Amino acid sequence: MIAQPEPKQAVMARRDAIIAGLRKLVPETGVIGDPLRLKPYETDGLSAYRQVPLAVVLPETTEQVAAVMAFCHREGVRVVPRGAGTSLSGGALPMADSVVVGLMRMNRILDIDYADRCAVVQAGVTNIGITQAVQAEGFFYAPDPSSQLACMIGGNVNMNSGGAHCLRYGVTANNLLGLRMVTVDGEILDIGGAHLDAAGYDWLGLMTGSEGMLAVVTEVTVRILRSPEGARAMLAAFKANEIAGACVDAIIGSGIIPVALEFMDRPAIHACEAFAHAGYPLDAEAMLIIEVEGSIAEQDYMLDRIRDICNRFDPVSIKVSQSAEESLAIWKGRKGAFGAVGRISPDYLCMDGTIPTSRLAEVLGRIGEMSAACGLQVANIFHAGDGNLHPLIMFDANDPSSFHKAERFGADILKLCVEVGGCLTGEHGVGVEKRDLMGVQFSEIELEQQRRVKSAFDPQWLLNPSKVFPLKPELPRAA
Amino acid sequence: MSIIAPTDAAGVVAAIRAAHDAATPLAICGNASKSGLLRPVQAANTLSTSGIAGITLYSPQELILAAGPGTRVADLAQAVAAKGQHLISEPPDLSAFYGNATPGTLGGMVATNLSGPRRVMWGATRDHVMGVVAVNGSGEQIHSGGRVLKNVTGLDLCKLLTGSHGTLAVMTEITLKVLPVPERRGTLVLKGLDPARAVAALSCALGSPYAVSGAAHLPAAMATQVPALAWIGDSVTLARIEDFAPAVAYRTERLRAELAEFGAVELLDDAASVAAWAAIRDVTPMVSDPGAVWRVSVRPSAGPAVIAALSQAFDARWFMDWGGGLLWIAGPATAATHQAVIAAAGQGAWTLMRAPESLRAAVPVIPPEAPALARIARKVKAAFDPRSILNPGRMVAGL
Repeated sequence: MIAQPEPKQAVMARRDAIIAGLRKLVPETGVIGDPLRLKPYETDGLSAYRQVPLAVVLPETTEQVAAVMAFCHREGVRVVPRGAGTSLSGGALPMADSVVVGLMRMNRILDIDYADRCAVVQAGVTNIGITQAVQAEGFFYAPDPSSQLACMIGGNVNMNSGGAHCLRYGVTANNLLGLRMVTVDGEILDIGGAHLDAAGYDWLGLMTGSEGMLAVVTEVTVRILRSPEGARAMLAAFKANEIAGACVDAIIGSGIIPVALEFMDRPAIHACEAFAHAGYPLDAEAMLIIEVEGSIAEQDYMLDRIRDICNRFDPVSIKVSQSAEESLAIWKGRKGAFGAVGRISPDYLCMDGTIPTSRLAEVLGRIGEMSAACGLQVANIFHAGDGNLHPLIMFDANDPSSFHKAERFGADILKLCVEVGGCLTGEHGVGVEKRDLMGVQFSEIELEQQRRVKSAFDPQWLLNPSKVFPLKPELPRAA
Repeated sequence: MSIIAPTDAAGVVAAIRAAHDAATPLAICGNASKSGLLRPVQAANTLSTSGIAGITLYSPQELILAAGPGTRVADLAQAVAAKGQHLISEPPDLSAFYGNATPGTLGGMVATNLSGPRRVMWGATRDHVMGVVAVNGSGEQIHSGGRVLKNVTGLDLCKLLTGSHGTLAVMTEITLKVLPVPERRGTLVLKGLDPARAVAALSCALGSPYAVSGAAHLPAAMATQVPALAWIGDSVTLARIEDFAPAVAYRTERLRAELAEFGAVELLDDAASVAAWAAIRDVTPMVSDPGAVWRVSVRPSAGPAVIAALSQAFDARWFMDWGGGLLWIAGPATAATHQAVIAAAGQGAWTLMRAPESLRAAVPVIPPEAPALARIARKVKAAFDPRSILNPGRMVAGL
């Protein structure tokens, strides 16, 4: 079990009074205190860690969130904000003495402005819900995390979510214009707006990726973009990871930035093919999915150039999609990668480091050695354009030693990412999962600097306090 | 008044520790090419990062460039151009605008978070700062981000330091994302539109599938200040497309057809495009304007109303970038004019970009924050700079 801060006994003892107080602030069905009904909130997308909270509150307006925050602040109650609960790093894991503020009832789209290319949505609107609301007019919201059907924009803001297309369109931080948020003591603040650049400190940038530690986001102004005329994918398979990596370098070096550039290693190809029957080449060691956008003629022009480059790297096979259906088939395996690995292994851990792309082959080689040494299989999926590596470590949760081995393997991979010049997390966030590894990437002075910034927003550390920073001052040393 | 110009991070640490121990404020700058921006700083000593110059890492295939803050932006641009790449946000060179012979540095570019026309499609300078190494006001070295393009490890202090005008920490190394230079540029030109029609046309262009990377409108009086546009002899509304040559040819033709309802559309070729957008980027039309200059960021469709209100209030000279979302305004350097700009900007953000020191010292130069946010801002400042020695009062009086 993951270490948590000591529950505040004074809060635990006043559980009933706190729940009664919350009931005065939101509609009757918006407060959950019944232990059975609290159960679904005990975990998020990182289901290895569980803790039932003191209570859950489901506000419907920013004003209700403000009232809840003011109340919890007065009572000294810790608060864990939660969207859809899809965090893969345990960002929404409750504490025993915490109130979970769930934003899922705040699911309305408040304004869409096509002329100014922005939309104002509540924090509980799903990522895909924004695109669905604007696609009839030919627009879309760019960041597309794998969980986009379920995950909510408030969570995307707090984790600075990425996706497969961020090589071209950027991550969440690059697609926001403004926030409405509630401070720990219940003040409603607006930052940014429908304009591009604010003056003053970049609160929008600081809030994005702050993992629920600085304020509770209730409304988000996002940029919406006009969809390209079309998009098409191709698949190129190679005899070695090194060769595929060199091909990625050559594509980018030629001045082409595809909208997506995904890499899969041999185990990932096999797992995805068995699951999706996407026609992936089983005789290859590594495979790239490359997507370009534009008119048909523009797609042809780019894909021809990319194919010429791929052909210089002795490919096992190249398949250029000729239609939207073929593109979908090429993506089907990749998008189903998590399900595919779930099919061949009872459980898996999805890691999320970033490495300099030039170190890819070396890092995959060392991950292979670690895998052999610990006896756990791993499949690697890699956003090759931006260096974001997702090793999927397969284990059996029914065997505690297997889980602990998987955790250690994962930590070793992340230390390796930092060692080669990368970082612990590219898009999933630190949460509780990587909290105790922060000392690998940051000195104690740097962690203290970040903690002081949190304290500026939340002096008593009531907002999601067990996340991101190691609980204890003794930090793991760099490998 | 002494100027300290260390040549490495250790020198910055030493200078800040000394200032911290003595509680003596430091004016922080690079080449001080933008010292005419925001409020004047009262400090006995100046700490310049101009001596920490040079590229420390450039990996074109990883789209990553790191350099010392004293590196001239022009030198960086040249270095990446040699590998067919560019600085994504099209940062302006404001040396002529401020009447300085000194060129701007990377540190100044990041500390001010100023971006050029391409910001409308490709993001601001802050969107492409991947890593910083800096020294806080206690003389402690900190880093945030790194040399990879995707990183959500810990609080994003890169974004907080970008645009903080040297008030939180002094950067000693900065890592940027760079991108390949598009093969070709083409700019569509509409003539004689009023501000409302111009913004409508630009909204149409920016809302098209053709990835418009520049969208500006200059009244005739401003256009005549730009040699690449003066020949047109009227107000100009410009939409730029940058891409591979066949894509530029195709997209400009398609967009020309879509903009036909706004009048005849002409095309600037590659060279004229480069010259015109460089002038818009560097605020060239206002270089010789005798007045004060404001930069106002608003919802694009609100741009024409702001212009109308200001034209009522005073003899406003102006032009628009970012599809109407960025207004450059020149007018008399008086407190009354300043109030008029603030009133017209409404919900938007405004910055007093250039004015006599007396005016910049007397008025708020950026919008005051709501009280609760201002309290947080003071605590964040103290979290980095507990003795308030780094560029005190540069952005806000007393901060």
